[in-house]
Amino acid sequence: MAEKRRKKASPRLLMGNEAVVEAALAVGCTFFAGYPITPSTEIAELLARRLPQAGGTFIQMEDEIASLGAVIGASIAGAKAMTATSGPGFSLMQENIGYAIVAEVPCVIVNVMRGGPSSGLPTMPEQGDVMQARWGTHGDHLMIVLAASTVRDSFDVTVRAFNLAEKFRTPVIVLSDETVAHTREKVVLPEKDEVVVVERPRPQVPPEWYIPYEDTPSGVPAMARWGQGYRNHVTGLIHDIRGFPTQRPDEIAHFKSRLTRKIIQHIGEITWVEEYFLDSAEVAVVAYGSVFRSALSAVREARKAGVKAGLLKLVTLFPFPDEEIKRLAKKSSLIVVPELNQGQIAREVERAARGLCSVERLGRIDGRLIGPKEIIELLTEVSHA
Amino acid sequence: MRYEIRLSGSGGQGLVLAGIILAEAAGIHDARFVAQTQSYGTEARGGKSRSDVVISDEEIDFPHAESLDCLVAMNQDAFDGYYRELKKGGVLVVDSTLVEQTVAPHALEFPFTELAREKVGREITSTIMALGALSVITGKVSMAGLTRAVKGRAPGGTGKINLKALKMGAKIASELLKDR
Repeated sequence: MAEKRRKKASPRLLMGNEAVVEAALAVGCTFFAGYPITPSTEIAELLARRLPQAGGTFIQMEDEIASLGAVIGASIAGAKAMTATSGPGFSLMQENIGYAIVAEVPCVIVNVMRGGPSSGLPTMPEQGDVMQARWGTHGDHLMIVLAASTVRDSFDVTVRAFNLAEKFRTPVIVLSDETVAHTREKVVLPEKDEVVVVERPRPQVPPEWYIPYEDTPSGVPAMARWGQGYRNHVTGLIHDIRGFPTQRPDEIAHFKSRLTRKIIQHIGEITWVEEYFLDSAEVAVVAYGSVFRSALSAVREARKAGVKAGLLKLVTLFPFPDEEIKRLAKKSSLIVVPELNQGQIAREVERAARGLCSVERLGRIDGRLIGPKEIIELLTEVSHA
Repeated sequence: MRYEIRLSGSGGQGLVLAGIILAEAAGIHDARFVAQTQSYGTEARGGKSRSDVVISDEEIDFPHAESLDCLVAMNQDAFDGYYRELKKGGVLVVDSTLVEQTVAPHALEFPFTELAREKVGREITSTIMALGALSVITGKVSMAGLTRAVKGRAPGGTGKINLKALKMGAKIASELLKDR
């Protein structure tokens, strides 16, 4: 038999939102429920066409509360499920995000950030929802939040979001922004068989032995598909290992600490940061999302001008990469944090740096992307001071 | 070298699609690096609209156009609004059907909208005509690339008239440059 020559994927012109869709399909997402909102709409539009073609389901719900409700239901029924929205819709989803955490339902929520608060600036970028992603739902909880910076990133980050959601049975939030979502650029996406796909843990025992919220070494209980005889009770109330509400302190503490443990003991796997020119850097920039692009350009230019600058890109925003920031703070005289808000990640960097170096905030809140020039000015100014 | 092009006019003139076609021609067919962005109001039609395309031989970090190498103004509002963002010595292309006042003596004026209406038969092809002119004037994108991108991206059934507009744009630009 003649060997099939591997066809090399050809470059395409795609926007960030389109790459999110390609990723969702590549990783096996079969359900989307949502309510269209700028600047996330292309994700819903494209999946409305592509999901039915792939045997999946697209449903437009009456609002974002119902959207995430439908996503949670689909996931419990066995589907890989997602939704996409922007600030105002993300606010409406907060209650159900908490439900998905407590009921341990894997799902992916893409929030394409636009200017806010309220209806705000629908067609302009902002990174105003970083802390809403972390703390928007009530109660003491951990949250996995990833940020995408480029079109290719939008693909890789969405794939990772699904994989983390499935592996740890938890909602994962992808933060994109108007610039990332709507910038079209040339990109080569991996072939479907090159994409790593992780499935949720399934019970290895017969139905009569199944205990739905039983602890495991990883802290993640096996998740049975509904309709196959495995008994399960799903609730937002704090529950015992069989899924029924409990008020016993030992069961409450055990349940809540397991939710924390299943994330924290895998933090190395969850943390995704990228280093640029940091080996020889004295001053560092920490950036994420669309601002990363300006930061990379700025660091390149600053180095040409003789400033020993480096860049740490954060893809995982939460759990916050404390150790990586602490290490960076130890070897740097200064960390600059440019972002499209008034210091949401900068405050985290300040906390994690523990006073080991100075931290400069560079916030821009006028609806425009921070440009390389603003970052270069700050880098040169401070390093000459 | 980084080359920044802005296509500007009003919502409904097809500027975003023209930007996509330009980016696809330069990025996919001509194999350069490109970044295409757009800015628009919350209106569906009317209101200022623009589409920026950055073309480079190197990977593009900052995706927005900040200092324009080339401005295409498809109406007066766009000219007035963006003229000051054009670099000194930058290429200025205006649609003389809709831009009545240009304070710039170096403006290259073409009646894109009139020609699109009278000679092509569809006014909306004016922006594609401007791309044809752009190819000849700037040399930053090939006609072969634009032709392929138009074929791939023109909405159902409009491929032919858009290709006609594209060629006409290249022709009138060559004629104007010959005279200069």
